[in-house]
Amino acid sequence: MIELLSGTLFKISLLIFTVGLIYRLVQYVRGLDWRLERVAYAYAGQSGVLGALWSIFKWLVPFGTYGWRKQGFAAIAFFLFHIGVVLCPLFLAGHTVFMEDALGISFPALPVAAGDVFAILGFGGGILLLLRRIALPQVRFLTDRKDIAILALCLITLATGLIARFDLFAYDFMLGLHMLSGEAILVLAPFTKLSHMALFFASRAQLGIDYAVKRGGASRGPAFPW
Amino acid sequence: MPEGILCNRKPINTEEDLKRLLADKGGKQYYEEMKNLDVDVRALQDTLEKTCKSRTRTWLEICAHCSLCADSCYLYQANNRDPKQIPSYKIQSTLGELIKRNGRVDTEFMMHCMDVAWSQCTCCNRCGNYCPHGIDVGVMMSYLRGVLYSQGFCPWEMKIGAGMHRVYGAQMDVTTEDWVETCEWMAEEGQEQIPSLEIPIDKEDCDIMYVLNAREPKIYPDDVQAAAMLFHIAGESWTVPSEGWENTSLAMFAGDWEACKMNVQRMYDAIERLRPKCVVETECGHAHRASAVEGPYWAGREDGKAPVPYMHYVEWLANAIRDGKIKIDPNKKIKEPCTLQDSCNYIRNHGLEKHTRYIMSQIAEDFREMDEHGAHNYCCGGGGGFNGIGKYREERDKGLFMKLQQIRATGATLVISPCHNCWDAIRDTMEVYEVHDIKWSFLKPLILDMCIIPDHLKPQEEEEE
Ligand code: HEM
Ligand code: SF4
Ligand code: SF4
Repeated sequence: MIELLSGTLFKISLLIFTVGLIYRLVQYVRGLDWRLERVAYAYAGQSGVLGALWSIFKWLVPFGTYGWRKQGFAAIAFFLFHIGVVLCPLFLAGHTVFMEDALGISFPALPVAAGDVFAILGFGGGILLLLRRIALPQVRFLTDRKDIAILALCLITLATGLIARFDLFAYDFMLGLHMLSGEAILVLAPFTKLSHMALFFASRAQLGIDYAVKRGGASRGPAFPW
Repeated sequence: MPEGILCNRKPINTEEDLKRLLADKGGKQYYEEMKNLDVDVRALQDTLEKTCKSRTRTWLEICAHCSLCADSCYLYQANNRDPKQIPSYKIQSTLGELIKRNGRVDTEFMMHCMDVAWSQCTCCNRCGNYCPHGIDVGVMMSYLRGVLYSQGFCPWEMKIGAGMHRVYGAQMDVTTEDWVETCEWMAEEGQEQIPSLEIPIDKEDCDIMYVLNAREPKIYPDDVQAAAMLFHIAGESWTVPSEGWENTSLAMFAGDWEACKMNVQRMYDAIERLRPKCVVETECGHAHRASAVEGPYWAGREDGKAPVPYMHYVEWLANAIRDGKIKIDPNKKIKEPCTLQDSCNYIRNHGLEKHTRYIMSQIAEDFREMDEHGAHNYCCGGGGGFNGIGKYREERDKGLFMKLQQIRATGATLVISPCHNCWDAIRDTMEVYEVHDIKWSFLKPLILDMCIIPDHLKPQEEEEE
């Protein structure tokens, strides 16, 4: 079972993930329309590029924007969780060895202790996001079953990975479940809101360009005060 | 597929149709007919396929349902944090549903969408600045309005407004003759104060072509005169076009993109005719958005720029003060505490905040910022057509409370509001909430009172007396 999960199934999921997300990005860009959106993409130039980068960068800095600062708790939960889900899959020592074996690709590995800390923080952040979702009426109101399922899937992946890593109990089962849920994330990514892993950058870039070339860039410069 | 006599999918193109719709006071019959207006599902699907592209679809799909946009919306706050007012919810439950069901919706659903699109969002675009994914609900609401308009689901006043632009080329029934007459009358009357005052009509090759809001000639002609005086005092070479002088666009609020295009095209034609170096616009926010920000695109200009630079009044005024063309009498600066209402349409959405700040630094001794200002300002409460829709008066009035609290917190007794919509909203706020100790004003009358009129422009004393 573990063999199947770490071999064929892993490769298939990764293929779906990669091809799927690239396809989504390509389709996003192809679907942009200067007339409909009323943004002169072809004339965006340097200002447009700066606007796009600024719009992405500011939101990736903890407390980097006015919006993040106004919502401190959400910002902390978000960044903790995303440190876990973004850094761990790629740079965890266990993962880099695994990917080297399976794919022949080698990533630089995080120090083992750092990887452990990120995974734990990621899990904690995810729990905070879940609590926020349940506790705050305005978030609960927007939440549907899919939101819970996706967040739960991420939490299960993190939890099972940690349990297996520290060999707390049922090692094989936990490892299997970890692989399965991780692969489920890969497969689901192109088809659900998880596509934001790629489309976040597209969406932020678009709005950055919008503000830089059309909504004020000429007067205020490409950097919107996010 | 029944359509009503008044409420239907056809835009208003003739004076006769317009008068008939106007005669239906408050849109009583119009809204009755709407209840039986069928949805043309095929046309709706076609519209969605052709105009709802990756940006909008992605926005709707990747929304994390995190509610980080909730507090950013003044209507959410003003309505006791009613979750139905969360920007994400407002768009997911309308446009999102429409797309999910691929246009297979009924009349009741469309009427609900109309209520949301025109009474729960003013397209102020503030929420887009607070969403980590950069999802701009205001932009999508405006798109939704266009879709609804094409199916005939549009508030009565908005249909009339768009019709006005189609029939008169202005948001009100001001004809070319009315306009030219108003200019002549205002120039003549103004000569009592400045004998050489004129309002040059259709003068070619000036530096400035001035465009304005039809309400000014129709209801506030003094404003036209004030603008003329200030240009005159500043020694500008300027003109107004006899046609193509209206820069507002109720059509934009209505989502009637075709009428929007007609409107800007009229102005751009005037530019071609008169060859001014730039266009200066009156103190109106949405008009600037419609003619200088969105307008070039409606007119099909690929580079997104108007044929010549457009300057909102605040930009012209800031430059004129900076260059010494308008000199402020230091003794006449505003002494009472005053604050400034930033218009979403040219501040957040066109970056002119530095100009308004400069003006305030030059004219006011005790200027106080509102807590959220500049690019992060709240809507005045009357944007996006909200002020003008009788059906949603109650909802509008409720939303006004946010701005009142903001103004009160500054302690200001004067609110400077260089935008017609904001100005109206603030006037109505003071009336609805019975506030009697706060005044509001456009810039022009204030500047006219405090600027130094050069001696050579003043009336000469009659010597023989
Ligand atoms: C590649 C970089 C990524 C970026 C820039 C990013 C960005 C975002 C943003 C802006 C949000 C919305 C804000 C919020 O909910 O607090 C979000 C939510 C979310 N992201 Fe990511 N993300 C990334 C990668 C990932 C990955 C790899 C996963 C999972 C494996 C993931 C899972 C989630 C989940 C589950 C949510 C919803 C959280 C909730 O339920 O409140 N993200 N992400
Ligand atoms: S902040 Fe953005 S992602 Fe979050 S609910 Fe609002 S629109 Fe959706
Ligand atoms: S655009 Fe403005 S009014 Fe509309 S939902 Fe967003 S914040 Fe609210």
